[in-house]
Order: sequence, then C-alpha cells, then structure tokens
Amino acid sequence: MFTFPPQSSTADTRTDLQRARAPRAWRRVLTAVALLAPFIVSGPGVPAAGQQPSEIAVVISGDPGTPPRYVVPDFVPLGPDAGDVAAGLGQVLWDDLEFEREFYMIPRDTYATVPTARTPGQIPFDAWRELGADAVVFGTVQRTGDEVRVQVRLFNVQTRQSVFAKEYAGTPANPRLYAHTIADEIHQQQRSLQGVARTKLAFASDRNRERAVGTVQNRDVKEIYISDYDGENPRRITTNRQLNIMPVWSPDARAIAYTSYRRGYPDVFVARIYDGVQEEPTGGGSQNWLPMFSPDGTRIVFTSNRDGNAELYVMNRDGSGVRRLTNHPSIDTTPTWSPTGTQIAFTSDRAGQPQIYIVGADGLNLRRLTTDESYADRPTWSPAPFNEIAFAARTGPGYDIKTYDLASGVTRRITFGEGTNESPSYSPNGRHIAFSSTRAGGTQIFTIGRDGRGVRRVTREGNNTSPSWSN
Amino acid sequence: MSLRIRNRPIRAGWLVRRDRRHGLLSLAVVAVAASLAMAGCGQRQAPVPAAPPAATAPPVASPLSRSTVPPDESVPALSEVLSGPIVDDDILSRSLDELNRDSPLSPVFFGVDSAELDDAGRAVVASNAATLSMYPTWTVTIEGSCDERGTAEYNLALGERRAVAVKAYLVSLGIAASRVQTVSYGKEYPFDAGHDERAWAQNRRGHFVITGK
Repeated sequence: MFTFPPQSSTADTRTDLQRARAPRAWRRVLTAVALLAPFIVSGPGVPAAGQQPSEIAVVISGDPGTPPRYVVPDFVPLGPDAGDVAAGLGQVLWDDLEFEREFYMIPRDTYATVPTARTPGQIPFDAWRELGADAVVFGTVQRTGDEVRVQVRLFNVQTRQSVFAKEYAGTPANPRLYAHTIADEIHQQQRSLQGVARTKLAFASDRNRERAVGTVQNRDVKEIYISDYDGENPRRITTNRQLNIMPVWSPDARAIAYTSYRRGYPDVFVARIYDGVQEEPTGGGSQNWLPMFSPDGTRIVFTSNRDGNAELYVMNRDGSGVRRLTNHPSIDTTPTWSPTGTQIAFTSDRAGQPQIYIVGADGLNLRRLTTDESYADRPTWSPAPFNEIAFAARTGPGYDIKTYDLASGVTRRITFGEGTNESPSYSPNGRHIAFSSTRAGGTQIFTIGRDGRGVRRVTREGNNTSPSWSN
Repeated sequence: MSLRIRNRPIRAGWLVRRDRRHGLLSLAVVAVAASLAMAGCGQRQAPVPAAPPAATAPPVASPLSRSTVPPDESVPALSEVLSGPIVDDDILSRSLDELNRDSPLSPVFFGVDSAELDDAGRAVVASNAATLSMYPTWTVTIEGSCDERGTAEYNLALGERRAVAVKAYLVSLGIAASRVQTVSYGKEYPFDAGHDERAWAQNRRGHFVITGK
C-alpha cells in the first residue's frame, strides 16, 4: 500500500481539529504534504499509519446485528478555488467505504432533501437520522494556490459527537487520494481493518492499440499498466511496443516483475517504477516467464525452459543463486509463494491435464492439491488470516475462479460462468480477488469479494488481463 | 506427393514450379519429403521426438511406403547440391517482411491441449525442412501458439512445448538446430481473433517465421 508518515491520532471528541493544528502535529501533516504532492511517484516507503492506539476510540455501531449505516455527502468547497478538488470526493469515499462492506452505505441519491451543511455546526443530524444514518461524514476542502487542505470528520448521528477528525494537506494533483486515505483510516479506526483504497492494480493492456514491431503483421502489443484499485488513474509502465504480460508487484509495491518479449523471446524483467529503472535479473539468453516475488521480496520464482522444458526456478532478486525447483518432463509453471515463503504452489500437467501442486521452497515434499478439477491453473496464495489458494478452473467452455481452503480441503466457487474468468490475485487484506473476465466484452479486470459477492468492473478500455494487486 | 502433403495449393504450385526449373532439385526434394514422411511416424511423446535417421528409416508401416523413391537412398545435404545461387528466384529477392507475409513455410496445427505432431503436422514440417534445405542461409523462429480455451499462463508453456516439438522434428530431419529458434506466445498474438472452432484451430499452431536469409 502507498502509505504516508504516521499522522496524529484520529479520534478526538473534544477538540475537533485543534489537535491537528498543534505545531508538532502540523509539522507531521506537512510532511505528509510532500508525499501527497507527486503522490505515488516519489517518496520512500514509510511505515504504515494507524498503528498508534487512539486516545479515545469511539466506534459507531448500528442496530444490533446490522452494520452501521453511513452517509457520505459531497465535500464542501470553502472558496471558489476548492471546487475542482472537492467535486467527487464524497462519491469516491462512499465507493471506498462500500468496497469493504463493513458498513451499510446509504445511497447518495437519497440525500437530495437533506440540507447542505457548510460547518459542523450546521450538520442536520435530525434529517440524517430520519434517513436511517448512524454515521455521517463531513468534509471540507480549502485551496490556496497549489496547496490543498482537506478536513474530514466522522460524526455519530446519535450522540452528535465527532469520533474521527483529521486534516490532510497536499496538492490538487490527485484529489481521489484524499478520499482513499480517509477510507483506509476510517476502516482502520472503526473496524481495525486494513483497507485497500490506496492499493494498486498492475495488469497488461492493449488499450493504446499500438502494433508490434516485427515481421508478422497485425499484432497488437500489450504494455504493463498500473491503476488505483478501482481502475482510476491508469498509468503506463512499459513502452517497448512488444508483448509485455503477467505483471506482479514486489511486496514493497515499488517494483513490478513481468514477462516481456522485447528481446524476441520471453524473459523476466523488473521495473522499479518509481525510480525509472529497468532490470533483467536473468541476464537474458534464456527463456524465462511468469515471475513471482517471494513475500520478503528477496527472491523470484519463475518458469524457464533453459533445461529443455518448462520447470520452476528460484533466483535472488538480482539474478544470482539460480536454483532449479522441479524436475519432470511435463510442464511445471505458474508458481506462487505461500505467505511465509516456505512453499510454492504451481501448475503441472504431469498427471495429464494442468493441476495445482505444492512443493516446498527447497524443492521437497511435492504434493498434488486439486483432484476434482479437469483443468486448473494460476494458483494464488491468499494472505493471512485466510489460508486458501485461488485458481482458475475449467467449468465448461470457460473458466471460473475457485478457492481451495488448505485447512479443510474444501473448494469453493467464486464466479459462476459469466464469461470466462482467469488469473486471480488477492487484495493485500485477503478479502478481495482481482481477475480477468470476458463477461463484459473483450477481456477486462474485475474485483470480487472472496465470498463471491460484490463484483466490480475495474477496466474499460481495450483488453486488460492478468491483474496483480499491490500491498 | 508434395501436392498431397501440402495444405495450401498455392505453395504446392510454387514448389512444382521450382521443381521444373531444377530437375536435380526436384529429385532431392521428393526424396527428402518421402524419407521424412516415412520417418516421422509413431511419435507420441512431445516435446522431443526421437530423431529418425533421415536416410535409412525402413518403410515399414509408413502410409507413404509406396513412394517411387528407394527408401534407403542416401540424401545428401541439399545445401551441397545447391552450391550455386539460384538465379531468377523471386523468393531470394523478397524481403523478410514480404517472405513472411506469404511464406513458403507452412504452419503446423495441433489438436486441443496437445503438443503432438500428427501425420499432417509431420508432413508440413518435412516440407518446410525441404524448403529450408534449399535456402541454407535462412534462419527461422518457430512460434508456438494456443487457442483461447486454455488459460493464459499454462498456454505459455503449452505453446513452448509445441514450438519445441516442431523444432525437434525439424532438427531430426537434418536442419541444424542453430538455425531454429523457438518462442511461445501462448494465447497472445492470435492469428485468428475469432471465438469459434475455426479460429481456435488456426491458433493451435507452430508458426514458421523467417528471421534471416
């Protein structure tokens, strides 16, 4: 996840923003400013915010047995310059909060009759209460030149107390990032949940419709792109006008390993996207594909045919210490690490059709996982606390995403034959799966809850495949 | 015979035209094709077919055993036969892009989820081997491709296996391994962007790309 420096404690029922305005906290907020400015492109990784205990943690609850009901009206622009930044913040925050399904998000089109508040004192609590709200978000935006200040408070509608009050300073470059940050911090404070609103997706896309350089005609190249988790802010990573596919994030979310045909054959490249540095750890000269970073980021497991057929290999991130992991005349490919880095799940057709297997990172203790599938590929190990492997399984003419629970051995189906569905990738909190699907025409990226609910379309332009979800 | 094993009449016509011009070449091509076709049977295990001895394989059980060419006739490397440049050859005058647009090398097609060369596939490779023997400076890349019904990830390996199977058979027919590269595109770069049986059949493929001449 793209994170900011630790910021001041969020819960404060007595002084609202006074705490944030205290000199020391103000300095910290200004530190955050520097990172918000070019947001993701610069700035070193820093420890995640939200680890300090709140002084007064006030959790808004709903009626017994039901999730608290939230309203997120538009953010209020304070001054004429703030309108551009404020516009859309309410909707983005609403979407972000809806995504984790921890709250019941009251639809925003029902707010029309509720008067707009320009100060906290004007918040029409009675009207929100009539709408059924337990919690209301109140946000304002100020702008002075290129400096933006977003203040946000979360009120308990019953008690009319502010349980979350925070100011964010930065530039107007990416207003959505304010909303994403607020969403992550509200999830953290209210639900002790690691949200994913500031995470990113990497994927391969032909959206720029360039043709490959080469002697065979009419080939659409694919380049690596990243976007916010919701598909917004797409940015192109590779520009080599060849085939670039199967990107995977490094654990620190600052690099992307992928398979590129820029040399005319597939090889593993690592793009340090914020440093503008491209690495080819294998050194070229052999065919290598489908890299995957180890959970600590120090090693890469990949497929290579350097010894005659597709086998799994592990190398250090710099390409040193290459070690062969499998040895079988059949295809061994599509590796993924367990969260502890001690095991690797992969695809092999040693039993005829592709099936999921697990092998120790030392190459020992190989065992077959899927036995009830006719065809299974792209295993992806969930992060803790879940202990399951998602994969694409043939379920008729196409594929569906399934999950295999390692403790119980139970397989669950996540998608149900809408188009063909491939290449699952877990969100860092394990609650969502990104995948590619043909359900909407072409191939697009979607996200879905690990319980199979809440499917969302992420991409719309061109064809988009093989998503990878950043930490 | 070359007519029978080729799947595109225009290519066959091209070969016949060549044959008329070069009587010696004609004999050699037929000999190569015949022995290759006979040698290629019974290989079930991809990706590495056992290399058949090109010139000495017995005709037993070969569907092409009625060839008029003596099966044990030795087949010299065609590059030696064709020691001089071929004059009036429009093939030689064409650029790589032009060559690949209307290639004298035919693609090999595969069954679903399979990387095995069937009889037709072996015949195509044999025919391509004959052509490559005529143009000993040519280098090729065999692109292995798959239809969209496999998964993107596994298909990268399946396409690789297809390309390697084609290369192995080509090499077993006497083409130097150093002239042949392989690459897999899986289900990327489909030749037919359709979503039906016809498109899928087109895309389960070992495609010959001439990369040097």
